[in-house]
Amino acid sequence: MTAALRFDPIRLPPECEKLRKEVRAFLADEIAAGTFDPHKPNREDTDAPEFSRRVGERGWLGMTWPKKYGGHERSFLERYVVTEEMRVANAPTRRFFVADRQSGPVLLKYAPEHIKMDILPRICRGEVCFAIGMSEPNSGSDLFAAKTKATRTDGGYLINGTKIWTSSAHIADYMIAIFRTSPPTKENRRHGLTQFLVKMKQPGIQVNPIGQITGQYEFNEVVFTDYFVPDDHVLGEIDGAWKQATSELAYERSGPERFLETYYVLTELVRAVGKNPDTRSAEGIGRLVAQLHTMRRMSVSVAGMLQAGKEPVVEASIVKDIGTVWEQQLPHRVRDLAAFVEENATNRETLENQLSFAIKTAPKLTIQGGTTEVLRGIIARGLGLR
Amino acid sequence: MAESENIVAETAEKIFADLADAQTINSDKKGSWKAPLWQALSDAGLPLAWVPEDCNGSGASLAEGFSVLSAAGRFAVAVPLAETMLAGWLLAQARIASPDGEMTVAPASPKDRITLNANGTLSGRARGVPFAKAAKHIAVLAGGSNGFSIALVEAGACRIEAGLGLGGDNSDTVTLANVRPVAIKPAPKGFDQTSLMLMGGVARSLQIAGALESMLEISVRYSNERVAFEKKISKFQAVQHNLAKLAGESAAALAAATSAADAVANSIAFDDAFFLEAAAAKIRCSEAAEKGGAIAHQVHGAIGFTIEHILHRYSLRALAWRDDFGSESYWAVELGKLVADRGADELWPLVASR
Ligand SMILES: Cc1cc2nc3c(=O)[nH]c(=O)nc-3n(C[C@H](O)[C@H](O)[C@H](O)COP(=O)(O)OP(=O)(O)OC[C@H]3O[C@@H](n4cnc5c(N)ncnc54)[C@H](O)[C@@H]3O)c2cc1C
Repeated sequence: MTAALRFDPIRLPPECEKLRKEVRAFLADEIAAGTFDPHKPNREDTDAPEFSRRVGERGWLGMTWPKKYGGHERSFLERYVVTEEMRVANAPTRRFFVADRQSGPVLLKYAPEHIKMDILPRICRGEVCFAIGMSEPNSGSDLFAAKTKATRTDGGYLINGTKIWTSSAHIADYMIAIFRTSPPTKENRRHGLTQFLVKMKQPGIQVNPIGQITGQYEFNEVVFTDYFVPDDHVLGEIDGAWKQATSELAYERSGPERFLETYYVLTELVRAVGKNPDTRSAEGIGRLVAQLHTMRRMSVSVAGMLQAGKEPVVEASIVKDIGTVWEQQLPHRVRDLAAFVEENATNRETLENQLSFAIKTAPKLTIQGGTTEVLRGIIARGLGLR
Repeated sequence: MAESENIVAETAEKIFADLADAQTINSDKKGSWKAPLWQALSDAGLPLAWVPEDCNGSGASLAEGFSVLSAAGRFAVAVPLAETMLAGWLLAQARIASPDGEMTVAPASPKDRITLNANGTLSGRARGVPFAKAAKHIAVLAGGSNGFSIALVEAGACRIEAGLGLGGDNSDTVTLANVRPVAIKPAPKGFDQTSLMLMGGVARSLQIAGALESMLEISVRYSNERVAFEKKISKFQAVQHNLAKLAGESAAALAAATSAADAVANSIAFDDAFFLEAAAAKIRCSEAAEKGGAIAHQVHGAIGFTIEHILHRYSLRALAWRDDFGSESYWAVELGKLVADRGADELWPLVASR
């Protein structure tokens, strides 16, 4: 086969089911204690430091990392279960999620030992928040157009330029960012970018909030003026960030967070429809559940590939493409079906509020983390078309 | 995948590659490929793969049989292999030995009913029965006052009106008017028409997923050969994106179908979780057949619309298979009802149950 796509039917092993029960019980306690309301996705949940620490205490951060860095040497499938339960419960995960999913693994691979020993255990304890500094005003999809400059100075680099759309930069302790250390070469326009660990809340960095159409403030403009980064904060090869970027994408792109962001409207629709749906509602719900189930099977399958040490870049891109298109359409399909819900459905107000928020959220879903168009380019490459 | 599963699947692949090459079949209007293909499949014991050895079968595992169906889908095989396998499986549920030769199953639609009369004969009508005209025997699931029975019936004892499905294979109406079965036994406890439809649906899902794999393969290949505007059409971004979407549909179908097959192969408990797996596979694979098939045709342009080209062998069969053993609309309603009945707070636990 040209494509040779495989999605083996991985089943979650028994230890995952035990863990799932623990996570559910933990979340139920948090909800009971008033930490968050699972029916209100539209809160400002960027800052929930105590919740993060409690998640860390349970051993649910850095789950797959080595014990010597505070990790728990558990499987990707166990991490998968924790992620999906948190997501489905609408838990306030923003503060720790990026560090756990992406930044930690980058540090594990590329940071010097003393930095790993310093930061990784703190991530595992839920004490640090990370941001990702890739995009710039003229460099989004075309990452290699990034201009923010790192100029050599005594013992390190001086940074000048602007990052944009940086999620959580306003609460982050660190950012992993790419800066230009030399110009691109004729042969390779990807050359010349280097990955750095940046300490936030230091002189030389200004974080300016940018409002979103949902009414929330989650991403920012980050301006660097003669900001100093020491040599030991270089991550990986100088000028070689492009080689490092791709292998991490499989982690970022295939997880349950890539199809569950608007899931809550489906639960609320089922609640509003009640026990005896008409044919139209039943069919609509049935199709949505079948699609959801299929994506989850694909996503679990990719988690199985990661566990087996593979780098399923194409498969992960497919999951993100199908998953984000689905979660984007979901609120609109639910709206279609909700048009016929009884006026007096007990949760009608909750459903309407959720729909309004989910519909406002939807446009970003196929943009964040790489646009649909860019992903399809990656899939096309995997098919041997480019 | 277990070692033996590979061997059975490889045997099937080899037979299909040797005797069911799409191009050869497509240009052979007389159907002279059919007899040697069936002979080779029978010699390898594939039609009765799911029948235990003491019931005249080859006693392969469910997983092995499913991998044969995937391969059959990749070759869009136009002989009643899947149907005979299903018939043998159904008969084996009641420990009725399978005869040799082509078989099919009735009913093939969830709404059709066949009943067992008090005098031991069978009555009823089943529409859209695949390959009934070609079958020597029909495995029948019949309802009666004492629950369900499984029967072996001679095709010659039934009235069969030939119909033609979208894919050009027979899809016939079978009428049983007080037909006396060759053998009849009670179905196992809990086995009902839904069980049969779900199993048939899983078989069709695997076939659809297989056909989509082939459509992806030939579409990618074609796009790398066809030149327009002085470029291979594979170099146009719009074409690349269409093919990426086809890959997504193919992958979704494959994931849903293999997951459902794995669920059946590992526990034949017809519970909610199995219902979700099997119904979801039929729904999602049918949707993928529609979306993916359209893209495969788009990429091939007019040549793919000709009878000479092999694309229709896959695309039309994948579309036709949507209708057998319950269409996606039917299963979506059933799945929706089940979800509504269990209630909102049980939805996630059901989805996340494995
Ligand atoms: C909610 C949210 C959070 C984000 N958080 C972060 C973050 O934390 N850190 C970070 O670095 N970035 C973040 N981003 C930025 C995100 O990664 C970029 O928005 C994305 O990569 C697209 O870049 P762009 O916005 O500049 O759009 P552009 O690159 O200008 O794209 C505009 C349109 O053109 C299309 N397009 C561009 N190039 C091509 C091409 N070659 N072929 C076909 N189509 C093309 C795109 O697909 C898109 O549809 C976030 C974005 C959002 C919406």
